[in-house]
Amino acid sequence: MSGRAAHAGTGRELWLAIAAFLVALAMPARAQQDVPEAGPLAVSRPPDAENGRRIVTDRRKGLCLLCHSGPFPEVRFQGDLAPSLAGAGSRWTPAQLRARLIDSRLFNGETIMPPYFRAEGQSRMAVAFKGRTILTAEEIEDVTAFLATLRE
Amino acid sequence: MTGRAGRAFALAILLLGHALADDIPANQRLSGHDMMGAEAQAMQRDDFANPAMLAVKEGEALWKAAPGEGRPSCQSCHGDAAESMKGVAARYPARDASTGRAFDLPGQIQACQTGRQAVAPSARESAALLALEAYLSLQSRGMPLASPRARGLEDAVLRGEKLYRQRFGQLDLSCAQCHSQNWGRSLGGTRIPQAHPTGYPLFRMEWQAIGSLQRRFRNCMTGIRAEPFPAGAPEWVDLEIYLKERAADMAMDAPGVRP
Repeated sequence: MSGRAAHAGTGRELWLAIAAFLVALAMPARAQQDVPEAGPLAVSRPPDAENGRRIVTDRRKGLCLLCHSGPFPEVRFQGDLAPSLAGAGSRWTPAQLRARLIDSRLFNGETIMPPYFRAEGQSRMAVAFKGRTILTAEEIEDVTAFLATLRE
Repeated sequence: MTGRAGRAFALAILLLGHALADDIPANQRLSGHDMMGAEAQAMQRDDFANPAMLAVKEGEALWKAAPGEGRPSCQSCHGDAAESMKGVAARYPARDASTGRAFDLPGQIQACQTGRQAVAPSARESAALLALEAYLSLQSRGMPLASPRARGLEDAVLRGEKLYRQRFGQLDLSCAQCHSQNWGRSLGGTRIPQAHPTGYPLFRMEWQAIGSLQRRFRNCMTGIRAEPFPAGAPEWVDLEIYLKERAADMAMDAPGVRP
């Protein structure tokens, strides 16, 4: 099953997500409240926030700090293409964080954030990555759990 | 009536401006040379320190040498490169009149090797091809990149722009998202350049070698976990043509040095 199908869940949830997306589109950028949400993914073990932190700070795994900065003093080079991850857990609920990770295009069709749990729809996917998502369901849950701890 | 027409025209211009607003205004364009540190700039400017100049020397020797017995050298047809090749690299890629196909500079060198010298063409990214390309590019140093559109490559410009704006790979990113919309920002500590191909072939410190524009394209595609087009593919040539339209009138600084 693809990551997207797993995330969409029932048809009702999918329509809610689409409706939320359309509402968000029609509203001024700063006034978004009804943003897409995604319930916990089916995983084989409980979320591990510590592993989530490792993924976030790994340039080859999570890639997060190529674009984002955040409270990671040990990481020397951080990006400034995207907002700081500091306080992400105060700004967004876990369900909203998870939805962003799965496919940030649900929030913003023009986003530069890669879709971390979508293996279909990309053009010219490298052979080595074909059919694979950037993170596994377990890793999505780990990162979600970790980001939720980043409170201001 | 004329007032209304004038307002409609002004509105049309405004909308057109908006449509083009997601790329860099001509007067804010910066080459990779402009954006890099003073130390790397100094290394490039000094021909004795610029490592790409070794390839130029090699290219000069290849230009003058017959590739085999009874086979013409480049020079025996074209004469002194300092004269005949002045400004030529600034007008590449160019359309071949007989086939209608657009060749990039290495592709044209290969076509000469096959067609005129009757030898096996040097492989893409081989030392010999890079050397000849570097030697020819030097003959256009300081000259403005000519507009591909002005030499009838409109179709390729449009195809290339489509590629530039298309998302690719597992990371689902387009060239434009980094190089037009986020240039100057720090991607994990590396400053994103504007992607103006003024200095190729060039010595990249990361490669510790001289390399072609297509090598650079490959690097970007691999970085976003996309399958690169094959070496010499028409898609790469289209993309180069678009980038050169986007960089039209900027001065060539080949052979360059880049971090």
